[in-house]
Amino acid sequence: MLVLLRQFRIEWGCPVGLPGGEGEFMHKSLSIDPDKCTGCLQCELACSLEHEGAFNPSKSRIKVITFEAKGRFVPYTCTQCAEAWCLEACPTHAITIDRATGAKMVSDALCVGCKVCTIACPFGTINFNQSTGKVIKCDLCGGDPECSKACPTQAITYVDANWTGLDKMRASAAVADAAAQA
Amino acid sequence: MAWAGKLLRVDLTAGTCKSEPLNMKWAQDYLGQRGLATKYLVEEIDPKVDPLSPKNKLIMATGPLTGTSASTAGRYSVITKGALTGAIACSNSGGFFGNEMKNAGWDMIIFEGKSEKPVYLMLENDDARLMDAAEFWGTSVWDTEEGIKHKHGDPMIRVASIGVSGEKGVKFACVVNDMHRAAGRSGVGTVMGSKNLKAVAIRGTKGVKVKDPKRFLGASTAAKKVLADNAVTGQGLPAMGTQVLMNVINETGALPTRNHRDSQFAGANDIGAEAMQKVRETDGKTNLVTNAACFGCTIACGRISQIDRTHFSVLERPQYHGASGGLEYEAAWALGAATGVNDLEALTFANFVCNEQGIDPITFGATLGAAMELFEDGVITEKQTGMSLKFGDAKALCEMALLTGKGEGFGAEIGLGSKLLTEKYGRPELSMGVKGQEFPAYDGRGIQGIGLAYATSNRGACHLRGYTIASEVFGIPVKTDPLESDGKPALVKAFQDATAAVDSSGLCVFTTFAWTLEDFAPQIDAACEGEWTAERLLQVGERIWNLERTFNNAAGFTAADDNLPQRLLKDAAKTGPATGKVNELSKMLPEYYQLRGWTAEGVPTNETMSRLGL
Repeated sequence: MLVLLRQFRIEWGCPVGLPGGEGEFMHKSLSIDPDKCTGCLQCELACSLEHEGAFNPSKSRIKVITFEAKGRFVPYTCTQCAEAWCLEACPTHAITIDRATGAKMVSDALCVGCKVCTIACPFGTINFNQSTGKVIKCDLCGGDPECSKACPTQAITYVDANWTGLDKMRASAAVADAAAQA
Repeated sequence: MAWAGKLLRVDLTAGTCKSEPLNMKWAQDYLGQRGLATKYLVEEIDPKVDPLSPKNKLIMATGPLTGTSASTAGRYSVITKGALTGAIACSNSGGFFGNEMKNAGWDMIIFEGKSEKPVYLMLENDDARLMDAAEFWGTSVWDTEEGIKHKHGDPMIRVASIGVSGEKGVKFACVVNDMHRAAGRSGVGTVMGSKNLKAVAIRGTKGVKVKDPKRFLGASTAAKKVLADNAVTGQGLPAMGTQVLMNVINETGALPTRNHRDSQFAGANDIGAEAMQKVRETDGKTNLVTNAACFGCTIACGRISQIDRTHFSVLERPQYHGASGGLEYEAAWALGAATGVNDLEALTFANFVCNEQGIDPITFGATLGAAMELFEDGVITEKQTGMSLKFGDAKALCEMALLTGKGEGFGAEIGLGSKLLTEKYGRPELSMGVKGQEFPAYDGRGIQGIGLAYATSNRGACHLRGYTIASEVFGIPVKTDPLESDGKPALVKAFQDATAAVDSSGLCVFTTFAWTLEDFAPQIDAACEGEWTAERLLQVGERIWNLERTFNNAAGFTAADDNLPQRLLKDAAKTGPATGKVNELSKMLPEYYQLRGWTAEGVPTNETMSRLGL
C-alpha cells in the first residue's frame, strides 16, 4: 500500500527521479554547524515570523536544542529525507514534495491533524500545532530559508545538497595538508 | 502593538491573579520596562515603606521590543524598593525569561502583598495560578528551576526564582532566570523572598507583533550590521566577554583592589579573559567552554565555563562539574581583586554558587573584601568568622560563598552587605559604596566621571546607570581623559538619560558600545505606536531619571547621600597612572545639579518637573 502511494505521489507531485531516481537536480540543503551556534534563537524568530506572522519561537519549525551542562547549542530541523517517512505515513496525502526545492510540504487543506507523521518521523522534526490542528514542519521557505539569513554566526547555511560536507572536508584537508607539510 | 497591552496583577495576600489593560498614556511617556514599571511603583507605594513589608510591591516588566527579533531583545527588569538600599531598585536581566513573559501576552507582572505560605506563579498564556511551593522552599535556584519543569512535564517552561539566600533575608539576593542570568543588584530577590514568592514559571506561545513588520525588519537588520561591524560588539565581546576589561582597567590604574586599599591588582592577569582561555596543565582544557547568547542577541558576550575537576573547590562536589554561567568582568573583579584572590577556578566556583543560590557577586565579593579588612585590622577574629579571612585566601572565598548563599554562620553577617556589617563592628568608613550599595569594578580615583556616576546613581553605586567608562577609557562616543573631572557632569548626565531610555526598551545596554539613540529610534518607531525619535527617547530617559530621583527624595534620601566614601575622596591612589589622585566629587556635583535643573539640595525645581511633564 505504501509503495503504491509513493508511486502515485511521485508521478503526480514531484519530478521523476525523486526520491531514488536518476534525475539531476540542483537542490539545496540546510547545513548546520553547532560549533558556531551561540543559542540566540534568531533562527526561531525569523522562522516564526515567516510562517506565523509573529515573533513566536514556540511555533518555529527550527529549534535550538541546548545541552546546558556541556555548553552546547544545536539547531535542529527537518533534513528533507529523500525517502520521507512522514510523507509515506500520511493517510490523507497531505504531504507532497516541492518540485523546485525538494522540501516536503504539508497541505493545510488536506491535513486532518492525525499526527501519524509525527510518529513516523525518526527525528521529531514534524510537529502538531495546537492552534491550527495541523502539523508544521520546515518547508525551506520556498528556497530562501529565513533561518539561514537570520543566523548571525553562519551556523545555519543553505548549500548545495550534494555538498553539505564540503566545509568539513575543507577543514580536514587543511589538517591533512599541514601534517603532510610538517 | 509591540506592547502586549496588558499586565497581570498578583495579590499574594488574597491569592488572586487579575488581568488589567496597560496604561497606554504612561507607555507613551515612559516607554516600558524600567521607566513604565517605575511609574507604576511610584504611583502605587508609599516611598517610605519598609522594603520588606507586604506594602512594598515587586514588578517584573518587559520592554516594548522584548520578544521581537531586534538584537538583544530578551530583556526584562525587576522593579521594587530595594532591600539593600531602601532606594528605587531596578535590576535588569537577559536570558530567555523576558521573551517568555511577552510571548505569554504580558508586558508586566505586579506582585503585591505577602503570601501566607511559600508559593510560585505558574503562568501559561492567559492562565495564571498561584501554586504551593512547599517542595521548592529551602532549595536552590538550580533545583527549583529543574523541579518546576519536571513537575509540569514541560522542559520549555522558563523560570525566574530565588535561592535560599532570598528566603533567609540575605540583603543582596537576586532573582535568577535560566539558571545563570540574574536581575542581580539591590536585593530585589530579598523583596521577592519576603513575599513568600519562590518562583515565577512561564510558558508563552502567543507571539509578539510589531506595528510595521517590513520597516521593523529593515531597521533591525541595519542595526545588527552596526553591531557586527563594531570592534567591541562584533569582535571583543563575543571572543573575550566583558572580561576583556580586566587588564585594560588594571592598566588604567582603576581596578579597585582589597577593598579599595589599592587601585591595581598584581593578580589581574590570572583572572581575566586571557586566563579563561589558557589551557590548564591539569586536564588540558580551558576554563572557558564557549560563548553564549541571551535571547535574540547577536553579540553573545555570555561565558560558559567549566571548573577544573582537580581543583579543591569541587573535589568532593560533582554537582559543580558541568558547564555553567562563567565569570563576567564585574563578578571576576568582586570575587577576585576586591578580595585579593587570584585563583581563577576558585572565582568560577564562587560565581557558580552565587548563581545557584541567587546572590549578587558584586556585593558579595565587595562585602567579603570589607570583612577581610576588618579581619586583618583585628576588629573581627576567627571567633566570629569561624575561619581565617585574610585577603587572598581562595578557600575562605569558596566557603563564604557557600555560607552566604544559604545565610548560615558568618555568611549571615556577610549577607547584611558591607554597610550594615561595617556599622555593626564600628568601622562604617570601610564600606565601599553609595546609598548602601557596593561599588562595581572601576575606581573613582582613576576614572573621575564614574565616581560622579556612582555618587548620583538612583539605585546606589552602579556602573550601569551611566557607563562613562565607554568615553573615559574606550573613547565611545568621544574620548575624554579619565583623570580629568572637567566636563564630566555633562557626560554623566548624557549617559544616565540615554541609558534610562535603553533600559526601558527591552534591549540590552551593551548595544550602546556600537549604537546611539539614533540606532534605537527607528526600531522602536517601526514596532510601536507613537512617533519615536532619538530626541524623544532622550527626553523619556531624563523624565525617568527625575521620577526615580523624586521617589528617592520622598523616601528620605538627600544631597548628603550623593557622596563617596572618604577613602576615594582623601586617600590618593598609590600606583599607576592615577597616582596621587582622589575623586574630585565636590567640584563636579554642584555643576551636575545645575545641569539637571535641580536645586543645590539636589531637588528637581518646579520648572524642571513641569518641563518633563512630572
